[in-house]
Amino acid sequence: MVGILLLTGLNSCQVVKEFQKNRLNDAEMVLGNRKVEKTELSFQSYREGASGANAGKSGGGCGCN
Amino acid sequence: MKKICLTVIGLYIGLLAAFSQTVQDSSYQKRRLKIEEINLVSSYYHQNGEHAAVTGGIGSQKLTDLSNSLEVKLIRLDRQQRKQTWSVDIGLDHYTSASSDKIDPKTVTSASYADTRIYPSVSFSRENEKKGTEWGGGLSYSGEYDYTSIGANLHGSKKTANKMGEFTAKGQVYMDRISLIYPIELRDGNSPDPLKRGGGSRNSYSLALSWSQIVNQRLQVSFLLDLIQQQGYLSLPFNRVYFTDGTVHVERLPDSRIKVPIGFRANYFAGDRFIFRTYYRYYKDSWGLSAHTASLETSIKLSPFYSFSPFYRYYHQTAIDYFAPYMTHAPGKEFYSSNFDLSQFSSHFFGGGIRFSPPRGILGIQHLNSLELRYGHYTRSNSLHSNIVSFHLKWKG
Repeated sequence: MVGILLLTGLNSCQVVKEFQKNRLNDAEMVLGNRKVEKTELSFQSYREGASGANAGKSGGGCGCN
Repeated sequence: MKKICLTVIGLYIGLLAAFSQTVQDSSYQKRRLKIEEINLVSSYYHQNGEHAAVTGGIGSQKLTDLSNSLEVKLIRLDRQQRKQTWSVDIGLDHYTSASSDKIDPKTVTSASYADTRIYPSVSFSRENEKKGTEWGGGLSYSGEYDYTSIGANLHGSKKTANKMGEFTAKGQVYMDRISLIYPIELRDGNSPDPLKRGGGSRNSYSLALSWSQIVNQRLQVSFLLDLIQQQGYLSLPFNRVYFTDGTVHVERLPDSRIKVPIGFRANYFAGDRFIFRTYYRYYKDSWGLSAHTASLETSIKLSPFYSFSPFYRYYHQTAIDYFAPYMTHAPGKEFYSSNFDLSQFSSHFFGGGIRFSPPRGILGIQHLNSLELRYGHYTRSNSLHSNIVSFHLKWKG
């Protein structure tokens, strides 16, 4: 069901030309973590059992479980 | 009239001069490595709580951490006009921890009370804009008193023909080494080093896959899937576990863990002033822990150069199969832990940030491109709470 919804959603994607990407290219529209969030992600990976799928560390490299 | 005409001609010439480009012969110049940007990120973190793992799930979790990192990004174009990016990053954390001091409670303040972590890394990537491809790799190191880690990664990405979608794959390996520093009463006394009793190693392997898609001029989304495997000594040697029979042991966890997080992001630019950044993640691992994470951040553009961003993040996890609080573990179990970071809880993280990016630079310094300040308060259902203040200063070449 989710797959069908996603496929339908992605099928309706529009082609956006480079000159139309001024909003998408805004620094705060970046699809990932911003640099200022770096330490927040680090403490969350120590204090919480789950990690990964956020373009950050997903296990290893620190003295946490 | 003559005066007006001369003024108009003068203005026109001035405008032409301002917007014209100097002609340089310079394929050579373009290929030289130059500084693209420098990022300085600093944070101060403070936490407190009543469930320290070092003391078996009771006791102060007071901890402070001062973190600084400096990243220098360099770029050049190669002969085929492909963009090469080099990034050198160095991080330095200094922390103090009340619970680490309880590894040996007889001391007033032990060496473990404070520590410094240093973590340099270097990475390289090459982007071919015509083909819509990018590949790269990196190396990292992290070292502190009882822990060292060496990491390596490779990544590649490919855009669709219309450049609306992009697939990225990243493989990472961490080879970690931990000194087995046991609580004072559980040391065997045979090692020549009064603190260290040998070492344990743990290796982590991960494959991160993502698909990002531009939906329209205002919306872009991404899907993320990680597959992670960890092997080796995955416990922490200084974490005590008290059993119902009154005995105390060192935390013991399986030597293998498989983690599967799956995530989704959607960013939407509404009108001319609002950006909604949303994130959801579901996580499951082989220790029985499952978790949901959801967050929403709204950037409100007070002007094109200043924005304010309140945010909220909700997190919930179930406990691992091997967790029990202080003095509730029954003897005879193979694996056991009283680390409340692996217990069942919910957490809320909220706060706000401000971002300045004036056209003439911060304090009128053209290259100081942007400054971000951010504060967050974290509260967990099992007494832990913390505050974090971060700032990011960007220099752009």
